[in-house]
Amino acid sequence: MLRYSLKRLLGAIPTLLVLLTLAFFMMRLAPGGPFDGEKSLPPEIQANLDRKYHLDEPLWRQYGRYLWDLLHGDFGPSFQYRDYSVNELIASGFPVSLRLGSISILLALLVGLALGTLAALRQNRPADHRIMALAMTGISIPNFVLAPLLILLFAVHLGWLPAGGWEGGRGRNLVLPVVTLALPQIAYIARLMRGSMIEVLRGDAIRTARAKGLPERTVILRHALKPALLPVVSFLGPATAAVITGSVVVEQIFGIPGLGRHFVQGALNRDYTLVMGVVLFYGALVVLLNFIVDLLYAALDPRVRYR
Amino acid sequence: MSRPLPLILLLLYLFPAGAAVAEEALHRGNGAEVQTLDPHRAEGVPASNILRDLYEGLVIEAPNGRLIPGTADRWKIDESGTRYRFHIRESARWSNGDAVTADDFVYSLRRSVDPATGSQYAQILAPILNAEAIIAGRLPPRELGVKALDDRTLEIDLKAPTPYFLGLLTHSTTYPVYRPNVERYGERFSRPGKLVSNGAYRLAEWVVQSHVKLVRNEHYWNDAATRIDTVYYHPIEDSSTELKRYRAGEIDITEAIPLQQFRWIRHHLGDQLRVAPYLGTYYYGFNLTRPPFKDNLKLRRALSLAVNRDILVEKITAMGEKPLYSWVPDGIPGYRPAEPDYAHWPQSKRLQEARRLYAEAGYSRSRPLTVELRYNTSENHKKVAIAIAAMWKQALGVKVRLVNEEWKVFLQNRKQKRLTQLFRAGWIGDYNDPYTFLEILHSRHGLNDEGYRNPRYDALLDRAAREADADKRFALLREAEALALADQPVIPLFGYVSKHLVNPRVGGWVDNVLDHHYSKDLYFRKQGRP
Repeated sequence: MLRYSLKRLLGAIPTLLVLLTLAFFMMRLAPGGPFDGEKSLPPEIQANLDRKYHLDEPLWRQYGRYLWDLLHGDFGPSFQYRDYSVNELIASGFPVSLRLGSISILLALLVGLALGTLAALRQNRPADHRIMALAMTGISIPNFVLAPLLILLFAVHLGWLPAGGWEGGRGRNLVLPVVTLALPQIAYIARLMRGSMIEVLRGDAIRTARAKGLPERTVILRHALKPALLPVVSFLGPATAAVITGSVVVEQIFGIPGLGRHFVQGALNRDYTLVMGVVLFYGALVVLLNFIVDLLYAALDPRVRYR
Repeated sequence: MSRPLPLILLLLYLFPAGAAVAEEALHRGNGAEVQTLDPHRAEGVPASNILRDLYEGLVIEAPNGRLIPGTADRWKIDESGTRYRFHIRESARWSNGDAVTADDFVYSLRRSVDPATGSQYAQILAPILNAEAIIAGRLPPRELGVKALDDRTLEIDLKAPTPYFLGLLTHSTTYPVYRPNVERYGERFSRPGKLVSNGAYRLAEWVVQSHVKLVRNEHYWNDAATRIDTVYYHPIEDSSTELKRYRAGEIDITEAIPLQQFRWIRHHLGDQLRVAPYLGTYYYGFNLTRPPFKDNLKLRRALSLAVNRDILVEKITAMGEKPLYSWVPDGIPGYRPAEPDYAHWPQSKRLQEARRLYAEAGYSRSRPLTVELRYNTSENHKKVAIAIAAMWKQALGVKVRLVNEEWKVFLQNRKQKRLTQLFRAGWIGDYNDPYTFLEILHSRHGLNDEGYRNPRYDALLDRAAREADADKRFALLREAEALALADQPVIPLFGYVSKHLVNPRVGGWVDNVLDHHYSKDLYFRKQGRP
């Protein structure tokens, strides 16, 4: 188990290195630099800025420098937000994105599992059809459409919730972005759960349990739920990735100061270091989450063993 | 299963019990997030908005834009027009209570032009003696023509009489910075807890991409007149998002208006809409270094003539913009912009002339001009480009290919002058003087993406820079403007308007051409209708 974990984590290093290299050079390939404004700078000042941020060096040296700083845990200074370092921006943005993302995943799991189970138990009856129709809608509406609709209804017309802003993560400010992020995931999880639950309920184990005369409640909760969860657990990896990428859009729309917003603005401003930092951070996060999901998998399914 | 503690901890983390205290604060939408609150390194409208509240220069603006004494309560200009002597107010204080002195200004102005600071706007200070040589690294910053005669008296020497110099002193590059903290914290002096400023407000919080919170500076010399205690600036790039937040009551003043919703806004929120002339020119530039526009005045003039600016502002932009034929927009006191002869022709005559010139340039309906029009990606610019392409097609048969590019890509292409043929551009005046527009077409200017180069034009601008008499100076500038219009390196299209939604509870808002609105001049109206 320990060996497996170590192997997995070591295996992530080349992945991240490739990611880093690609991101570094793609970012530099994009036309325009961090200090390009409408008015060109006097050459002396441009030269000064370039020297200060080492942009006057050949690309391979900049790359080497970046790697070296990274080894020391330094993502470098932000080119755009001159008063901050990338480490500070990530440190301030990540907790925000984390809270937003984890609540969304939690909500998606709770509601998705409940709906999916319910649909499975009422298979091919009106309740099932209604839930699945709802799920299809949830999957097909993109978040950049859903978010403005929710804002118009709940913030502008009804005035119940704020239209944007974070304010330190107050509950009121969380509701709309969380719902926007969670809805498609609820839909996916409900569909997955329904399918897998139906399959499990048809299995021998459940037939045995019912034959022993166990109450239906116990059959579902004790015997059917755990095996039915497996496909959902393996979906958690991609779901988390989806929530992270989704939060790029959602944070932009709701004006939430998370990592996603730094990412978008960083790319537009050619803030090389900030974009690199966020990309790497996201990359490491996805690798880590997939690893955790695999461990969870082993815990849930006695047939899976890692060596 | 009975291990509720981790779960409770998780829930506590996810849903902290934060009691939000309602405070009466002004919430201003502010476009993009600011790069820095260091006044010497900042650039752009969003940063300027905040810096105007935080800092105070020697001179400030009244709500209507008129120049009034700021940190300097009086000043004298000698007969040559090149030596300014400012008296710093006795009551001028930093937000920590220290006195603001003439030395603070000497230190700050030197820092602003010091190449090591890396100011992107240091060029504003070029009229000060030796400033240009210092920016170029040829002289040390201490050679700047600025000295403190005593604690309260600041003397500034200019290289030439610059009638608009006082106006420049409202710009953030001239603001004083608090030396002890700059020296102690370096580039990080402009962060909350470290920033000491001398304006009506001081910095309380700054959460990048969330908000900047300012609170009243009790040490400000005119603090008694400040009526709003707390001001929030929210970075919101997308104007539709901003509009939604305005309608939800979260923003009191918007920075922009979404064009596609303008009709709706005028109909439903008409009384809260503030549209006013803005000192800015929206124009198309020709790349004069390559065919087809190189050495082809007739073609350039034909294209300019064929644009129906009245239709453009009435049907397309439709927010009250003014059709523009001159290079300098209206609104500068005492200056009457030069206009080309066709400014007052009927459109039919313009079209006739356009067709004649187009034919003389060697084009016809069977051999039409094919041209690329570049603009930075935006719904508004696209609408304008489509309309103008249609006008050219209808009038002359010109085939226009529209190319939109992301902002930084667009800027690079414009500057390189290789790919561009025709491109969109706009310029908002930095100060209230025609020179802020005319200098753009100077052959050495950083925004001359047309590659316009006329020695006579440059000479006229240089002569104007040395002219002490205001009327003669304006006459020279006007002559230069007429010359540029005749050379047609650009097609001026319309003058910008500033557009804001202002919540009725906010009083004290006065429209002005530079669109500068100090929070200290605003106030909340009493609850209940007056």
